[in-house]
Amino acid sequence: MGLQQFWFIILAVLFLGFFILEGFDFGVGMLMAPLGRVGEGDPEARRRAVLNTIGPVWDGNEVWLIVAGGAMFAAFPNMYATVFSSLYLPLLVILFGMILRVVAIEWRGKIDDPKWRTWADVGIALGSWLPAILWGVAFAVLVRGLPIDAGHHVHLSIGDVLNAYTLLGGLATCGLFLFHGAVFLALKTSGPVRDDAFRFAAALSLPVTALVGGFGLWTQLAHGKGWTWWVLAVAVAAQLIAVALVWRRHHEGLAFLATTIVVAAVVVLLFAVLYPNLVPSTLNPAWSVTIYNGSSSHYTLVIMTWAALIFAPLVIAYQAWTYWVFRQRISADRIPASGGLARRT
Amino acid sequence: MTALDISRWQFGITTVYHFIFVPLTIGLAPIIAGMQTAWVITGNNAWYRLTRFFGKLFLINFALGVATGIVQEFQFGMNWSEYSRFVGDIFGAPLAMEGLAAFFFESTFIGLWIFGWNRLPRLLHLACIWVVAFAVNLSAFFIIAANSFMQHPVGARYNPQTGRAELTSIVALYTNPTAIAAFLHAVAGSFLTAATFVAGICGWWMVRSRRGKGADGNDAAALYRPGTILGAVVALAAAVGLFFTGDSQGKLMFRQQPMKMASAESLCHTATDPDFSILTVGTHNNCDSITHVIKVPFVLPFLARGRFSGVTLAGVKDIQQDYQTRFGPGDYRPNLFVTYWSFRMMIGLMLIPVLFALVALWMTRGGRIPNQRWFSWFALLTIPTPFLANSAGWVFTEMGRQPWIVAPNPTGDPMVRFTVQQGVSANSAGIVVLSLTVFTLIYAVLAVIWFWLMYRYVIEGPQEHDAEPAPPTPPEEAEVAPLSFAY
Repeated sequence: MGLQQFWFIILAVLFLGFFILEGFDFGVGMLMAPLGRVGEGDPEARRRAVLNTIGPVWDGNEVWLIVAGGAMFAAFPNMYATVFSSLYLPLLVILFGMILRVVAIEWRGKIDDPKWRTWADVGIALGSWLPAILWGVAFAVLVRGLPIDAGHHVHLSIGDVLNAYTLLGGLATCGLFLFHGAVFLALKTSGPVRDDAFRFAAALSLPVTALVGGFGLWTQLAHGKGWTWWVLAVAVAAQLIAVALVWRRHHEGLAFLATTIVVAAVVVLLFAVLYPNLVPSTLNPAWSVTIYNGSSSHYTLVIMTWAALIFAPLVIAYQAWTYWVFRQRISADRIPASGGLARRT
Repeated sequence: MTALDISRWQFGITTVYHFIFVPLTIGLAPIIAGMQTAWVITGNNAWYRLTRFFGKLFLINFALGVATGIVQEFQFGMNWSEYSRFVGDIFGAPLAMEGLAAFFFESTFIGLWIFGWNRLPRLLHLACIWVVAFAVNLSAFFIIAANSFMQHPVGARYNPQTGRAELTSIVALYTNPTAIAAFLHAVAGSFLTAATFVAGICGWWMVRSRRGKGADGNDAAALYRPGTILGAVVALAAAVGLFFTGDSQGKLMFRQQPMKMASAESLCHTATDPDFSILTVGTHNNCDSITHVIKVPFVLPFLARGRFSGVTLAGVKDIQQDYQTRFGPGDYRPNLFVTYWSFRMMIGLMLIPVLFALVALWMTRGGRIPNQRWFSWFALLTIPTPFLANSAGWVFTEMGRQPWIVAPNPTGDPMVRFTVQQGVSANSAGIVVLSLTVFTLIYAVLAVIWFWLMYRYVIEGPQEHDAEPAPPTPPEEAEVAPLSFAY
C-alpha cells in the first residue's frame, strides 16, 4: 500500500470519526426541542437533560471535522481546493449552522431567561439540522462527481448540487443522525426522557431504514464496486439489528453499537465508491482528481504519516477516557438549577 | 468590486474578528491555570473564586473563538483555492498538525474542566486546565508557523512539473526565524491582553468593593487586590517580552520584507540613517506628497540593524523598481497609509496597559487599596486597548505583505512566490458578496451578544454559588450522574 492509499484511508477514518461522533451530537441537537415538548416532566429540565448528554464531549467531537479538513488540505490539496471552492454555498450554510451551534450551546445557560433560551434553542436546532442534511448532500455531490475540466476547474450548475440523488443523500444522513442520536439518548438518559427517546427511535426506525437503504442501494447501483455490496450488506444488517433492539426497548448499548456500525458502513461505502478518485469528473473520467494527481509530495505525506501515527492513538485514548469519566446517565430530575444570571441586574 | 476585492475584505473581516477572541483565550488560559494552581497549593479560597469568576468569562469568550476558527480553515479552500493548490503541500501540514496535536487537546480537556469539578480528583482536574493552557499556545505556534511561511517562505522549493511549491524540510518550516519571533510576539501580546483584562476588571472591582458595592467589603483586600497585582505583574512581564520579540521581528522584517518596513516608515527614497517619524501628513498613498512632521533621529537605524548610524535603508520607490526588474511589471507597494498608521497604532496602544500596570502597582503598594474613582475608570478603559493593538499589529503585518500572498524570500527559491490576485478562487463576485454579507451580519450580532454577556458577568462579579467548591462525588457507582454543573 502506498502513502496515497494510506492517506485516503486516514481521510475516510477522520470523516468516519466525525460522522459517528458529531452524528449523535447533531441527532441530540435535532431531538432536543421535540423531546422537551412531549412526555412528562418540566420541558426545560428535559431539554437540559438532553443537551447535557453531549455537554462535555461535543466540542472535542467537532474537532474531527477540523482535522479532516486539515488532513485533506495537507494530504490532498487539490481535492481540498476543488471541493471547497465549488461547494461554496453548501459549505457556507454548514458554517453558518456550526457557528450558531457552538455559541448557542455554550451561551444557553449563561442567562436565566426563557426568551434567551428559546433563541439559543433556535441556534442549536439550526446548527444541527442544517449540517445533518448538508453533509449528506455534499458527499452525494462528491460521489456523483463534479464537472471538472482538464485544468482542474469546475463549471458548476445548480443541477450538480441539487438533484434527486443528492437530496436523498441529505435526507439519509439527516435520518441516520436522528436515529443514531435517539439511540444515544436512550443510552445516556434515564427516566421519562429515556422512554421517550426509545419511542422516538422506534417511530424513526422504519423511515430511516428506507432512506438509508435507498441511498445506499442507489449509491451501490450507480457507482459501486463488486466488494462494496458487502459494505452495504453490513450497513443494512446492523440497521435491522438496531431497529429490532429499539422496538424491544432494551439493550440500548448494543443498539448504539449497531447504529455506530451503520454510520461507519455508510462512510466506508461513500469513500469506497470514490476510490481511487477524490473528486470524479462528470465531463471526462481522465480529468478526475484522484489520489495520485491530487496528493501532496511524498515528503509531506511521510511527515504527515508520522504526525498521524503519533497523535491519532493519543487522541483516541483520551477521548475514550472522557467518555468513561462521563459514562453515567443524565436524568431530568437531577439537573442542577441554572447557574445563569438574570437578564438585568 | 471584483471577487478578489470582496474575498480580501471577507478574509480581513473574519480574521481580525477571530483574533479579537483568540488572544484572550491564549493568555487567559494559563493565568486561570495559575490561579487554580495557587488555590490547590495554598487552599486560599480567594484563588478559587477568582478561578471560577475568570473561568466563566473565559468560556464565554472561548466559544466565539472556536466558532470563528472553523471559518478560517474552510475559507482557504472556499475563497483562496488557487493559493491552496499552490502551497497546499506545505501550508496544509501545520494546519492539520494543529488539529491533531493541539486543538483536539484543548477541545477535549476544556469539556473535562467545565464538567469535571466534582468528578475528577483535584490534581487531575487542575491538570486539565493546564493541558488547555499549553494546547492553546501550541495552536498559536502551528498557525503562526503557517502564516510565517506566507511572510517568509522557507523549507520549500518550486516544482516546475506540477507548477506548485513543495515542502523540502518540515524542520526549516518550524524553525523559521520569522515563525519563532512572530509566535513569541503574538503570545506576549496575548498575555498582555489577558493580564490587562484581569488587572482591569479586578482594579475596577477593587475600587467598587472599597466603596461599598458588591457582596462583601473584604473582597477588595482578599480578592481584587491580589488579582490586580497578578494582572499588572504579568502585563509588565508581557510588555518586556513584546519589546524584545517585536524588536527582533522588526529586524528580521527589514531584511526579509524590506518593502513592508519601508512602507511602515513611509520611507520613499533610499537613505542613510533616516529619522523615525511619529507623525506624517500628506495625501494617502502618494509618496511625493508626504511630509514627516515629528521626527526622532537614531531610532530607525537601531530598529533596522541594531546600530545608531551608518545604516542605509531602501525606500519604497527603489524597491518597487528593483521588484519590477526581478518579478515583472506590477505594483508591489502595499497600502502606505494603512501600513504606516497600523504600525504606530500597535505600539502606541500597547503603551496604555503598561502605564496602567505601573499605576496599579503603585496604588496597591504596601497593602494599600485605592478607592479613587479615576483609577476604576482608568482600569475599565484600559481593557480594550491591547485588543486594538493586537488587531493593528495583524493589519500591519498582513496589509504590509500585499500584493503578495506568499512574499518572495530574498535568500530562498525565488519561484516560491504568489500574489493575492493569483491565489483567489474563480467564484463569481455575487456569491462572495453573499458570504461576506452572511459572515458580517452574524459576526456583528454575535459580537454584540458576546460584549453584553462579558459586561453582564463582569458587573455581576464573583457569584455566591461559586464561593465554595462542591464536595467531590462519592466514589460509589450511581447510575445517574450527580451533576454540580449543567448547561
